[in-house]
Formats: sequence, structure tokens, C-alpha cells
Amino acid sequence: MTALANFVDGLPILSLVTFLPLVGAAIILLVRGDDETVARQARYIALWTTLLTFVLSLFIWIGFDSTTAAFQFEERLNWLPMYKITYRMGVDGISMLFVILSTFLMPLCVLASWEAVHKMVREYMVAFLVLETMMVGMFCAMDMVLFYVFFEGVLIPMFIIIGVWGGGRRVYSAFKFFLYTLTGSVLLLIAMLAMYFYAGTTDIPTLTATHFPVQMQYWLWFGLFASFAVKVPMWPVHTWLPDAHVDAPTAGSVILAGVLLKMGGYGFLRFSLPMLPEASVAFTPFIYTLSVIAIIYTSLVALVQQDMKKLIAYSSVAHMGFVTIGVFAGTQQAVQGAIFQMLSHGVVSGALFLAVGVVYDRLHTREISRYGGLVNNMPMYAVVVMIFTMAAVGLPGTAGFVGEFLVLTGSFQANSWVALLAATGVILGAAYMLYLYRRVIFGELTKADVKAMLDLDRREILIFVPVVAVVLWMGIYPSPFLDVTNVAVTAIVSKYQAVVGATASVPSAAQTVLALLR
Amino acid sequence: MTALPNLVPAYPEILLVIAGMAFLLIGVFRGRESTTFTTWASIAAMAVAAWLIHAGHGVPAMTFGGMFAVNAFTAFAKILTLLGAGLALIMINSWSQESGVARFEIPLLVLFATVGMMLMISANDLIALYVGIELQSLPLYVLAAVNRDNLRSTEAGVKYFVLGALASGLLLYGASMVYGFSGTTSFAGIATAVQSGGGHVGVLVGIVFVIAGLSFKVSAVPFHMWTPDVYEGSPTPITAFFSVAPKIAGLSLFLRVLVGPFGGMLAEWQQVVIAISLLSMMWGAFAAIAQKNIKRLMAYSSIGHVGYALIGLAVGTVEGARGMLFYMLIYIVMSVGAFACILAMRVDGKPVEDVTDLAGLAKTRPGMAAAMGALMFSMAGIPPLAGIWGKFYIFVAAVNAGLVWLAVAGVLASAVAAYYYLRIVKIMYFDEPGKALDQPALSTAILYGLSSAAMLALFIVPAPFVNGASIAAKSLFPG
Repeated sequence: MTALANFVDGLPILSLVTFLPLVGAAIILLVRGDDETVARQARYIALWTTLLTFVLSLFIWIGFDSTTAAFQFEERLNWLPMYKITYRMGVDGISMLFVILSTFLMPLCVLASWEAVHKMVREYMVAFLVLETMMVGMFCAMDMVLFYVFFEGVLIPMFIIIGVWGGGRRVYSAFKFFLYTLTGSVLLLIAMLAMYFYAGTTDIPTLTATHFPVQMQYWLWFGLFASFAVKVPMWPVHTWLPDAHVDAPTAGSVILAGVLLKMGGYGFLRFSLPMLPEASVAFTPFIYTLSVIAIIYTSLVALVQQDMKKLIAYSSVAHMGFVTIGVFAGTQQAVQGAIFQMLSHGVVSGALFLAVGVVYDRLHTREISRYGGLVNNMPMYAVVVMIFTMAAVGLPGTAGFVGEFLVLTGSFQANSWVALLAATGVILGAAYMLYLYRRVIFGELTKADVKAMLDLDRREILIFVPVVAVVLWMGIYPSPFLDVTNVAVTAIVSKYQAVVGATASVPSAAQTVLALLR
Repeated sequence: MTALPNLVPAYPEILLVIAGMAFLLIGVFRGRESTTFTTWASIAAMAVAAWLIHAGHGVPAMTFGGMFAVNAFTAFAKILTLLGAGLALIMINSWSQESGVARFEIPLLVLFATVGMMLMISANDLIALYVGIELQSLPLYVLAAVNRDNLRSTEAGVKYFVLGALASGLLLYGASMVYGFSGTTSFAGIATAVQSGGGHVGVLVGIVFVIAGLSFKVSAVPFHMWTPDVYEGSPTPITAFFSVAPKIAGLSLFLRVLVGPFGGMLAEWQQVVIAISLLSMMWGAFAAIAQKNIKRLMAYSSIGHVGYALIGLAVGTVEGARGMLFYMLIYIVMSVGAFACILAMRVDGKPVEDVTDLAGLAKTRPGMAAAMGALMFSMAGIPPLAGIWGKFYIFVAAVNAGLVWLAVAGVLASAVAAYYYLRIVKIMYFDEPGKALDQPALSTAILYGLSSAAMLALFIVPAPFVNGASIAAKSLFPG
């Protein structure tokens, strides 16, 4: 075992995990034969590549030292020496689990597309593998330019995935997704250049240690905000998400909800909070307002949805509202909770989209009223969806509870009103999720085509078993996850709290209201 | 008896002129079937010229009484021009064979125009500048109308000629103003006069006219009106040539004139160039959205790209010049690839030019669709393709020079422009196939294949090329 560990230590493991999918994609492109052979080979190669990537990424977790906030498994190559821009990879407690999340979801996506995708299978699998490279690379990047490259690079494969293999208004949704995100990201590029000129580097740890002038921070903050808020997505720039989710193929929705949304939260946590603390403090009420609106408004919107995917998409916006509150509350629990919430939402909402995919493959509709009474003929499916529904609601013992609880506890310390208002989202969340569950799973089994639906087959069981296991594990024994993030979060929070303390002379909204009442 | 001027710095140009005349004679005697020969011979001559320039290591030199200057900057720009012209010639060859207008004069016109461009790049005197521009322009007018039985081609030629003559007139008028107020036509003399503050207002009026004339040559807004019509009317490979080589020569000359003789009046001309750059980026982005003809679309796209390159000029620093050169390098590779794809758009032996003719290309010709898709994403500036580096270095220069708002306007325009590049990808990938395109000629397929591969390669290792551009840019700014 130690021999193996030593061997792994010597490898540039982050680059391996990042670029292994590209190797798989290259192999898929080399496959020759008739359409049927190519499709079959492409599926298997994609599956094995993603599985191997996942296994490899587990070594990152095994070798990870959670007692330090420093970046680990560092790799460094000169890229643009003139500008001191390097290819620098590394993970710390904040990014490491997102790498695992990405590699964990990918094999499930390949399996979920096994039978659902028939046209241009080769291109489909290549697009997903390229997407994986971009996602993993983004979480590992320690240089802001490198980060930007991966961050933007995600757009191309996702655009193609939604546009070619999507349904409904796929073209409209693909364009909306692309243009929304691109417009945000180009402002990030400008902010990045400005930071580079002030600090003379795009190295993330160095930038974190740099103190930018407060006036400059405000502008930079908005540049970053434009990009990350679209990605999260925050109200009112969330409108691309329901469209993209509804029209993307199942696996596309899984990645979109599971990983792409996390890029925004990760960006806030990696850049906005530690690099621009004064601006973050100043704009915290702004973030709170948008997040609370997001939580309450999109929860209400979710209640009236007729389309399953759209409902889950709106619930994603609400759940990500907790994340932004948690990040900007800036207390230990809140930030830990925000990260945990991102991870659990990544798994749970991904799983919910997979679950929708199961019935969509059978009946080719996502309309809620076309279903009903599935518990009678699909008992296994009903149990699986029950677990995910409970996790989305935030039932103790499931993944969803830990994150929401920590965010609410942590943000209560920072601002009790925000915590109070956000907590209504938990109630509304229970309402729309249970309402969805009742309409789809319970009730009379009357429709003939619904009656004919078969329960989960072996492939689908294979997909859901690991997800259910992870959801329960995260709910019952979350320590392994929280331990990883703990030290890194402490480092960010202590630095941030020092700034908050320095600007504490400004009374919070709650204090102002209380003073008025007296 | 006066001694001959030092000819060494001008060897590449002299070589090309002699070669051009020799090929002309050969063509006259051998007749029409010598097109392929003259094409490849011209490419070979250009390659030798490029090698000569490279072998000169960009050592600064001046000759012909200070009218002709070479340095690292001119070397870089000339090699780029030769690269663009050479690649365009390969396309011209395969096109002229297929469409039956093979004439041995076509490659030679390209060759002479290229010599004109090289003279423009090296011009160190207003008269040399004008001679260079005219030597470049006249063959271009003829080339636009080379398909003389085609109404649109002749129209393009006439339109280009009339408007081009007007622009030359503007430029000449501006040059005469500058001469009148500074008392000299040499760049060095003008620089001294400008620095000593002589004849400020008159020189300024002159500069504005010179800028207007040059903006026409690089098709920057508001002097771009000819571009869509000429691009659409000219035969596709000629359009490809128009979109690369004259742009590089024009922008290089633009840069040399403004930072050289008029370097002392940066504050005055900067606002004009900023306005032109901003208008070009915006108009290039918005006007292209409604285009149905792919060559018109590429015309607006090139207007937009010139707008970005002009940011580098507007900044007026070494970094800006470097950004511009690097942008042009990436631009010519992208542009040649995109035009190679357009050249391959033939159905039943006839060229088609509608964007919708690309429908479903991903299914009928996956290789070509992937190449075109990569080029479009690169033009839109999406990583991991080289287009982003071009924009990156331009914006770096702008932000560093304090023109943050210009950079912001640039990125927003690029987000708008992304829409029409994406539209092409959408048509190729999302739409159902229409009539399948013919098998492309091997040389065309190699061109678009190579240029899209170069986009990836340049993305991964941009450093050597940026260094080259950097050395070139530094030689432009003394001290």
C-alpha cells in the first residue's frame, strides 16, 4: 500500500485526472467501423475512461492532507513566461471535493446516456469527455488565466450537447446558455487583467495575499460578480437555467446542475471573498437580498411548474441561494455549509435529473400530469426518488440537511433576518418537492401507458446505487467531507472576519430595525 | 557619378519583382496552361523572400535616401504578409482550375500586390508610402474583377477601384498638408517637426486625412462601405487574399506612421483611432448578425477584427504594437482556414455562398464541420483556441494603458459577435442536412485542417510567437 502511495505521489496526478478524459476522447475518435460498432465502442471507451478517471481522482482524496490550508499536489510549468503566467495546478480543501464530485458524476452520465442517445454517439461521448477535462481543470487551476481558460472552455462542449442532443427549443436554450455565460465571463477577463496589473501576477495564492485598494476592489468585485452570478445562477440572471435544463439531454442536465453551477459558488469562494474582502463586506447586503429573493421567489415559481425538469431547475436556483448566503455570511459554519451544500446539491439534483431521465426514457414526456401512481408498478423507483426527494427537502440523515443546517446556523450569527427569511425556503422546498412526489409517484395508476412502464433495469440500478449510498453517507456521517474543508475554510474565514471586524462600525440591518423598535 | 544605393535591405522586394517579371514572360510564351507553374513559382519566390527577410535578422537599416527602412518590425510584418499571400495563392490555384478562369496573370497580380504591401511596410517617407499603397492597390482592383464574365465580380472591381481612388486621394491630400506644414516628406523629418511643435493644427488636419485614407485600406468603420460588396463579389480565394495580406500591410503601415512621424502627437490622434476602433468592433458585431451570405458575414467579421487590432494601435505602446502583431498573426491563420472552408462550399460543381448551405455539415462532412467550428469558436475568442490569446494581448495592453473602458467595450462587442459565429456552428451542427457539399479539393482540405489545428497548437504554445511579436514591436519604439 505504501509502495502504491509512493508511486502515486510521484505522478502529476492532477494533470492525469484532468487530461485522461481527453485521451479517451482521442481514442474514441480513432474508432473505425459502421455506425453501430462505433457507437458501442464509444460508449464502452467513455465508460472505462470516466471510471478510470474517477478511481484515479480518489487517490487525490487518499493522499490529501486535511491539516493544512495550503495547495497540494502542485504542478508547475511555464506557459507564457513573459507575463509570468504559468500552468499551475493544485488542490486545497475547497477545491478537492469538487474534483471528486465531477469525476463521480461522469460515469453516471455515460451510463445514463447508454440507451437514450442514438444519434452521433461518438461525438456525444467526445463532448462529455472534453467537458470533464474542462471541469476538473477548472477546479485544479492555481493560475487565474488557466482558471479562465477552463471556465470558458466548458461552454463549447455544453453548447454542442444542448444544441445537438437536446429536445424542445434546444437551439434557443443553447444560445441563451452560451451568450449569458459568455457575457458574464468576458467581464471576469477584464477584472482579471486589472488584477494582474496591480499584482503583477495571475497566480491565485499570490493574488489572495495581495491587498487591492478598496476603490479598485469595488470594480473588480462587479467584474467577478457578473461572471459568477450568471453561473450560480443568482436571481435575476437565472433565466437561462430553466431553459437549458429542460432542453438539455438528461446527462447534460446532470452535469449542468451537478458541476457547472458550482463553478459560480466556487468562484465567489476562491476569488471574491479572499481577494476582495472589503468589497465583499460592502456588497454582502446586496448578495443577501438577491439570494433571499432567489430562495423565496424561485421556490414559489417551482410550486406551479408543470414540467419536472423545470421544477428541479428552479429548485436549483433556490438551493444555490443558500450557497451564496453561506459564502458571504463569512462565518466558519456558513462557509463550510455552503461548500457542503454545493456538494450535496451536486449529487442530489444530479440524481433527481437522472430520476427524471428514467421515466422520460419510458414515456418521452416530462409533464407531471402525465404520470401518477408509479409506486404501484415501479416500487424500486419510488424508493429511490423518495430518498432523493427527502435529500432535496433537507431531511436529517440525508445530504441536504447538513448543508442547509450549517448555512442557516452560520448566517444566523452574521445576520439573523437573512437566516429567518432563508429558512422559509426550506419550508417551501418541502412543499414543492413533496407535491411533485405525490403527483408523480402516488395516486391512482390509471393511464394505460404509465401502467406499462417497467421498474428500474440493471443498468439503472447500477446508476442509482452509488448515488443513494453517497446521499446517505453525506447525511449520516458528514465528517470526512467537513474535515477536508475545515482548515482551508478557517484560513479564508479568519482573514475575512478580520476585515469584517474592521468595518463593524456600520450597523447591520437587523440592528437598525431593533434600534428603531426601542 | 552617383553610387548605387545600398540594395541589400531591399533584396526580398527586388527578388520578387524580378521573379514576377520573369514569370510574366514565361507565362506570355507558354500561354494559359502555365497558371499552375506561375502559381507555384510565385509561392516559391515568396518563400525565398521570406527566408531572406528572416535571414536578415531584422537588423535595422535604411536605404534609397532614407525612403526605405527595414527592422525587426518590418521583417515580422512582411513575413506575415507573405504567409497570408502564399496561403491565399494555394487557394487561388485550386479555384482557378475548378472554375475555368485559370489565367497565369492571377498569381502574378498577387505577387505584385504583395511587393506593394512590402513597400508599404518599409515605407519611411510619405512618397514611398503612397507609391507602395498604389502598387498594392492597382493589382487588387484587377483581382477583384478577375472573373470578368461575372457581373458581381466586375461590379466589385469597379466599386473597389472608385472608392479606393477616393481614399488614395484623401491620403494624398493629407500627406500634402503634412508636407506643407512640416516642410518634409521623410518620416524622421516629420517626427522632428512634430516634436518641435511646428505647424500643429495643419499637421493635425493632415494626420486626420492620412488616417481616413489608411482606414479605408484596412476597412475600418466608417470607411468600410466597400468591404461587404467587394468581399461578396470577388471570387472566394481572392476575397481570402483581400482579408489577410492587405490588412496586415495596412495595419503595419498605420502603426508605423502613427507611432513614427506622428508619435509626438499621440494625444491628438489617439482619440480618432479609439473612435474608429470602437465603431469597427461594434459595427462588425452588430451588422454581421443579419447577414445571410457567408462572404458578407466574413466581411463584417473582418471589420470587427480590424477594430480589435486597432485597439493595439490606439494604445500607442510597445505592448499595444505587440498585441496588434500577434492578433494579426492569429487572424490570418483563422481567416485563411475559414475561407478555405467557404471555398469548399460547392454543390454539384457550383459554388454556394449562403450560410444555410452549411446545414447539417456535421453529418455530411464531419471533418470540415469540426474545422470550421473550431475556427468560428476561435474567432469568437473562446478557449481553448488561439483566438482568445489575440484578444488577451490586446486587452492586456489596453488595461495597462488605462483604457479599461475600451477593453470593456471590446469584450462586450465580442460577446455580441459570438452570436453570429455560434450561428454558423448551430447551422452546421444542429440543423438537418440539406444538399451535401462536394468533396473538397485536397489542398483546400489541408488548408482548413492545418489552420484549425494551428488554432489549438497556438493556444497551447503561444510563447515563441508572442516573443517574435514582442521583438518586432520593440524595434518600432526607439529607446
